[in-house]
Amino acid sequence: MTSTPNFNRADSAVRIVSLYPDLLGTYGDGGNALVLSRRLEWRGIAVEHISVDAGAPIPDSADLYLVGGGEDGPQVQAARELELSQGLHRAVDKGAVVLAICAGMQILGHRFPDATGTSRGGLGLLDCETVRVNRPRAVGELLTTNARLTTTHGLIELGPLTGFENHAGRTVPGSNGVSLGSVEVGEGNGDSSEGVVTGTVVGTYLHGPALARNPRLADALLEWIVGPTAMTPLDDGDVNALRAERIHAAQEHELAPRRSWRDILRRS
Amino acid sequence: MTAAPAPAPASGQTVKIRPRARLAVLAGRTVAWASRVVHFGTGSVIGGRVSLLIDPNLLAELTRSRDVAVISATNGKTTTTKLLSVALGSRQPVVSNWLGANMTPGIVAALAPSNATDTAVLEVDERWVDSVLRATNASTVVLLNLSRDQLDRTQEVRKLAEQWRTALAATPPRTVIANADDPLVTWAALAAPNVTWIATGQEWTADAAGCPACSGRIDFVGTEWACTSCDLKRPPVDVVVEDETISINGRNFHSPLALPGRVNRVNAAFALAASTAMGTDLDAAFDALDDVAEVAGRYRVTEFGDVNIRLLLAKNPAGWHEALELLEGPSTPLVIAINARIADGHDPSWLWDVDYERVGNRLVIAIGERRHDLAVRFRYGNITHCVADSLEDALNLVRESPDFDPTVPVDVASNYTAFQDHLEKVGGVL
Repeated sequence: MTSTPNFNRADSAVRIVSLYPDLLGTYGDGGNALVLSRRLEWRGIAVEHISVDAGAPIPDSADLYLVGGGEDGPQVQAARELELSQGLHRAVDKGAVVLAICAGMQILGHRFPDATGTSRGGLGLLDCETVRVNRPRAVGELLTTNARLTTTHGLIELGPLTGFENHAGRTVPGSNGVSLGSVEVGEGNGDSSEGVVTGTVVGTYLHGPALARNPRLADALLEWIVGPTAMTPLDDGDVNALRAERIHAAQEHELAPRRSWRDILRRS
Repeated sequence: MTAAPAPAPASGQTVKIRPRARLAVLAGRTVAWASRVVHFGTGSVIGGRVSLLIDPNLLAELTRSRDVAVISATNGKTTTTKLLSVALGSRQPVVSNWLGANMTPGIVAALAPSNATDTAVLEVDERWVDSVLRATNASTVVLLNLSRDQLDRTQEVRKLAEQWRTALAATPPRTVIANADDPLVTWAALAAPNVTWIATGQEWTADAAGCPACSGRIDFVGTEWACTSCDLKRPPVDVVVEDETISINGRNFHSPLALPGRVNRVNAAFALAASTAMGTDLDAAFDALDDVAEVAGRYRVTEFGDVNIRLLLAKNPAGWHEALELLEGPSTPLVIAINARIADGHDPSWLWDVDYERVGNRLVIAIGERRHDLAVRFRYGNITHCVADSLEDALNLVRESPDFDPTVPVDVASNYTAFQDHLEKVGGVL
């Protein structure tokens, strides 16, 4: 039997739920929960994090929900179980913040394609629709400029968003779906915009541990919950070095750093 | 197609090779030689490609008169190929590609110079199992594990399991040696008529939560696992690896191997089971395994600059899960190197699936082309770390550390191309 995960209810703690890591967590998605937890802990803010596997009841009392990326089959199963549970819907109604990555963003929209390309109903928590397009999978560095997020505390500038993308769909935002930013390098939604935001639900094609490279996006999500005064500055020296390197790599279209002929022969 | 392969002729018997195949081999070796002369690499892959252009059926031709074993997996295939070669080699001439490339061109290049009846022990890339089985009619197939690896370019692991399953049904080997604790491998191997199941105690199960047979959920309880929706469950096991002991055919082997770690006892168990299936005496095989101290540079302890280092290889989360067993405990500084070239996969997101926190309270120095990705992973893991630009710089930092102990080799754990770079610095494959 699957146990019912739940919180210890330390009243002041920020409560974070990773949804279905058994189905949606192929690409290091667990990193986002770690990044958020540490950025709270380093500021002296208590945090409780739980993971809820598919089939288990979803607590609707958390502050922040993380929905990861995944392969086509598990993506369909996750959509089915989330629809059945309605736990995430209830949490969003209560104002919880959601970060949905890649396949997670697709299933949170109105419709998404399954492994065969057939369109399936999504959760409708993001005002967007994903369709299959006839082009090679978008795999590579994704760089987004002018990224911003409007929260209850106002507009937050996110700076450039940097990450990796690996997906086949094209996502079309609806009238209540605001994009996160404009694509400078890569594919993103497919119409030179990247990501979809509807209310407190944020979706992005920056896949896997997206928050590892984008501390301002991580802090914007947290600020939504704890307010701007709690967001004291942190030492992001390591992250800034990585961001500088990856932004440069994306701008130089340097997907394969120093790919040598010997490499190509070895494993071509 | 029958399950049993044609019996291999006794060693030394003359075997006729078609003129076209002979020409293909000659052309391949000439191109490989030319490639070596201009320092382009070992030339085995390009030579094999040229050979296959001339004779597309060359692999079938070269294995017509041999007993063939095929080894495939996400992790451990090179080591197990080496171990099985050594185990069989105690009794018979063996040819293997354990030092070279593991797709058809590399395999052809490895087989071409050998006697046509030598037993072939072939490491095969996960995606090439189907075509290699069809060409070789391998008598013995060893399937170690399947897990996420190079996500930006390889197929979903589930699809690989499906390919293996189809291949085993189409070309049934006499014996399959398979991991009973990996649901993906189990499901694939169940398509074969005769399977020796190994209880590996595999701890990495993150890629097998979804049932490969029905997309239901797999529950892991104690050592057992079963699908909650269909009949797929852990099969009754024949060989057990537990703590320091390998139990096989009613015998228990306790003595330690020269290769370190739990994962190598598992690799050895597969090699023992396969060599037994291929007719080698168990004691002779086990004695032979004890002499293997490194495999293509993996686990080598050597001096670099004036520091003793130990080279370790881990390419993906499941591989790191096993490698971290060797990195737990000591407080001496440690070097970790990550690249993201084509052979590594361009997307190192998987660093966040690795429990690097297990290294404990010690200094870790991040190097390699993706050292900044590592540093961020370490930062969020609260792991004491710094970044260096090269192995030489990293070892200088190690020497300056108050925790440096010159009597203990410094572990340098790397992913694929970073490992190759380090191996070249210490003299290459011996």
